[in-house]
Amino acid sequence: MKAVRQSLRALVTWRWWELALFALLALSWVLLPSHALLLNEIAILALFALSLDLILGYAGIVSLGHAAFFGIGSYAAALFAKLVMPDPWVGMIVAIVVAALLGAVCSVLILRGSDLTRLMVTLGVASILYELANKLDWLTGGADGLQGVVMGPLLTPFGRFEFDIGGRTAYAYTLAVLVVCLLIARRLVHSPFGYSLQALRDNRLRAASIGLSVNARLVVVYTIAAAIAGAAGGLLAQTTGFASLDVFDFHRSAEVMLVLVIGGTGYLYGGIFGAIVFKLLHDLVSAWTPQYWNFWLGAFLVVLVLVGREQLLSPRWWFSRSGRSSS
Amino acid sequence: MTVVLETRNLVKRFGGITPTNDVTLQVHKGARHALIGPNGAGKTTLINLLTGVLEPTSGSIWLDGHEITQLAPHKRVRRGVVRTFQINQLFSELTPLQSLALAVSSNLGISDGWWRPLGADPRIAPACEKLLKQFRLSDVMNQRVKHLAYGKRRLLEIATALACEPRVLLLDEPVAGVPEGERQEIFDIVNALPEDVSVLLIEHDMDLVFNFAASVTVLVNGAVFAEGDVESISNDPRVKAVYLGEGEHA
Repeated sequence: MKAVRQSLRALVTWRWWELALFALLALSWVLLPSHALLLNEIAILALFALSLDLILGYAGIVSLGHAAFFGIGSYAAALFAKLVMPDPWVGMIVAIVVAALLGAVCSVLILRGSDLTRLMVTLGVASILYELANKLDWLTGGADGLQGVVMGPLLTPFGRFEFDIGGRTAYAYTLAVLVVCLLIARRLVHSPFGYSLQALRDNRLRAASIGLSVNARLVVVYTIAAAIAGAAGGLLAQTTGFASLDVFDFHRSAEVMLVLVIGGTGYLYGGIFGAIVFKLLHDLVSAWTPQYWNFWLGAFLVVLVLVGREQLLSPRWWFSRSGRSSS
Repeated sequence: MTVVLETRNLVKRFGGITPTNDVTLQVHKGARHALIGPNGAGKTTLINLLTGVLEPTSGSIWLDGHEITQLAPHKRVRRGVVRTFQINQLFSELTPLQSLALAVSSNLGISDGWWRPLGADPRIAPACEKLLKQFRLSDVMNQRVKHLAYGKRRLLEIATALACEPRVLLLDEPVAGVPEGERQEIFDIVNALPEDVSVLLIEHDMDLVFNFAASVTVLVNGAVFAEGDVESISNDPRVKAVYLGEGEHA
């Protein structure tokens, strides 16, 4: 009995590297003030990847149109700031709610069909939204993007902070949202609901045969993932004061998938590690060779696939060697 | 005796094939009922109809006097109709402990909870412990299912179903692929189920069927060919001709 209790408890125990990761996130704000803009981009991408990980890594739903939710969150936050009120927190909630609603509606599309169908349907939804944002130029500014978004100050228990040009406030804000979403997602994946997602990813037939409602779960997790993607999109619009068609673009959906390919799926932190590697690589290589950075990124991915992600760069693998031998 | 699970004139057609043809079947409370028949007789189709994986072309299915013909598969499980699979259907990335804890949570009606951890409910650990011990899975409870040996996975297949505390248990060839020597172990566990649990067993191994079951239904070409207690079925010359005789040639 003791062993069973312990094993069940060990499932949710904080690992030292998880704590270290959270500490590093906080430290990065203190120690790297001059890189706040880049770090902000990384954190937003990490949050976006976390969202995709929930549906891809846990529930096993493939999507090539996850930018739909990122984009709608972006435009919702930008429009809200411009037309209603500039408060970032309220704007964030609006972005999350709008994206969640879209997610709930779109979730019926992913209940049927195979993986290939889902790839095409999700891709289609993102393309439709892209065109909508393009055509509704009286509202969205069309191809010029939505300009003139001025954010109000960030009201916190520690005081009022204006968004500065160096991105310090922006990065702190993004980090706060990222950490909150991570903590919620961590609770979620360790709950019976979280395990039931893995169960239906592995075997839907059996999941139903132990009394789990498969479709209801897919709807819920897709909606939650959409909400988090909306938060990421909202962060981008709020911290850059701008929303453009680019947020709905295919490259965003593909990029976030790449991030998970690099960082790994199904353990919650793949998005963070992947986003760090991806953005740093992007930043370093494009500074070195602005024209050909895509080539080097491609070369890196080929090596990654040939050598294997674990062996090459997954911190989870370096750390889990001791963990594996003890389990 | 009370009838727990019942089919009335159940028919399933796939195009020109009729794997289930006008099957009327009653499973009594606490039954040890076996379903036998040659390959392609429609045994697994019948199980799929009973559990709601397939929808019948016509006819109806009743549980405790309520019609469940249109009920979704997971809702039938919650009402106590649980099955095992002829080919293992497991959660390959989870561990046996996680799989069982999830099934127990589902049975307790807390599998929708998304805030408290999987093992937080005090009823989960004892239930898992009991099943792990019973099925001798304790030593591998933290290994991923995909790394387990076949025999262990076969045991987990049945343990997962029992975690749902079935009132009607449908066993689809529980010892398929299990070596001769280990078969009895599985049947001992099934035999030890509480008496009020009704068991419907599909099995090819006649020795096991005649040891385990009290009543037998013989399916041939999707229709009920013969029905009765073990004694009369094993002595029925027609059954011997279509089924048992065939077994001897194989």
